[in-house]
Amino acid sequence: MKIALILNGKNVEAEVDDGMTLYDFVRLKGCTSVKCGCETSNCGLCTVFLDDVPVLSCSVLAARAAGRRVDTLEGLQEEAEEFGAFIAGQGAEQCGFCNPGMIMNAIALFREKTDPTDEEIQEYLAGNLCRCSGYEGQMRGIRNFIAYKKEKALSGERQKDGSMGKSRETDGAQRLQGDEQAKEAGKQEGGAGI
Amino acid sequence: MKIKNYVKPTSLEEAYQWNQKRSARLMGGMLWLRLGRGTIQTAIDLSGLGLEGIKETEESFYIGAMTTLRSLEQHPGLEAYTEGSVRKAVSSIVGVQFRNLATVGGSIWGRFGFSDVLTVFLALDTWVELYKGGLVPLSEFVNRKKDNDILLGLMVKKRPQHTAYQSFRNTRTDFPVLTCAVSVSAEGQGTAAVGARPGRAMTFEIPGDWKKETERLAEELAARIPTGSNMRAGAEYRSHLAKVLLGRCLEELMQKGEVRA
Repeated sequence: MKIALILNGKNVEAEVDDGMTLYDFVRLKGCTSVKCGCETSNCGLCTVFLDDVPVLSCSVLAARAAGRRVDTLEGLQEEAEEFGAFIAGQGAEQCGFCNPGMIMNAIALFREKTDPTDEEIQEYLAGNLCRCSGYEGQMRGIRNFIAYKKEKALSGERQKDGSMGKSRETDGAQRLQGDEQAKEAGKQEGGAGI
Repeated sequence: MKIKNYVKPTSLEEAYQWNQKRSARLMGGMLWLRLGRGTIQTAIDLSGLGLEGIKETEESFYIGAMTTLRSLEQHPGLEAYTEGSVRKAVSSIVGVQFRNLATVGGSIWGRFGFSDVLTVFLALDTWVELYKGGLVPLSEFVNRKKDNDILLGLMVKKRPQHTAYQSFRNTRTDFPVLTCAVSVSAEGQGTAAVGARPGRAMTFEIPGDWKKETERLAEELAARIPTGSNMRAGAEYRSHLAKVLLGRCLEELMQKGEVRA
């Protein structure tokens, strides 16, 4: 059967088997951040956004995604890079295998709640199995990231008040440095730094 | 699991006709279906029939069969009416991404022994709506043999009541070792539902004088619940848990005070 959908912002048309899962489909289209870690709809490593809602792509038929928008980590780089770099700076994970699913889940959490409670963070983390860390590092990393974002927003407001005429070149240079800054910030915000 | 043909009917009658073939299977959230072995000749996708969503009126909630467990969990009306019991019942089912796919219809139609969803709705005044079979009390539907009808949704009739939910898991997100829901009405009496025995959930009447001795009542009820053993727990342990969880539910209901009519 033929399906058409929007994958990471691009219109995609393809011929698929009736029983093909969305997981197999996005992998075929080069989205290799999406992995299958359990085969039992448990691990969260295959998480994609279907019309902005996080779902397990291993448990959705590609046919069901027809006419809808699918986003993988490849399409969310801008949102993912700051958090990913921060978490790396925190040393919040060990092997990193669960990282793509965990970042997708964290993005979904931050989109839904700007200031989640520990219980809400745990609720989201529960859908993403990590066999190294026992979630302690991830909990700490997410908590510290939220604190870092709050502080960043506050200092941004202070800077805005102080220097209204900042040049566009400066903005660009700061953006390029953002990834490194987030990683460094992750280390400073109590990260294990391994 | 292999699917040979996928169809997405645009009417209930079309879906019903497809479903009369023995080799066809209805697709809800597809979570349980995908774990099965063998080949499905025709998978019937119910997602194009407008069966999703929760409608609340003064008298009832109508929950479409394709409503996700996550929608149940986040519905403010259900949260208020069940005093958090529905949210509590589904919140340990795997993760958010899973619950964004798993459907109420899939959980109820399957009549799974391990179902938190079945347990909590059995303690409420819940009816199922079937395409050909019409409205049937959930307590009757749960013991019916599966047929080729289609579950359209659940109707939860409102009544002044208090509700409590308890479950026990060996680890978070695992299948429950035991599930337990109790509701009591303004008149005093109520319903207890106990599931994951590991058999499917059963209901028991709560007598009007339940407040007298909650511990003894929990013990008496637990003694009437048939339990079994599986890889998660033994029968004796489950019977003990039944007493404890029923006791906790009754205690919670006591603390909630009188039901306002």
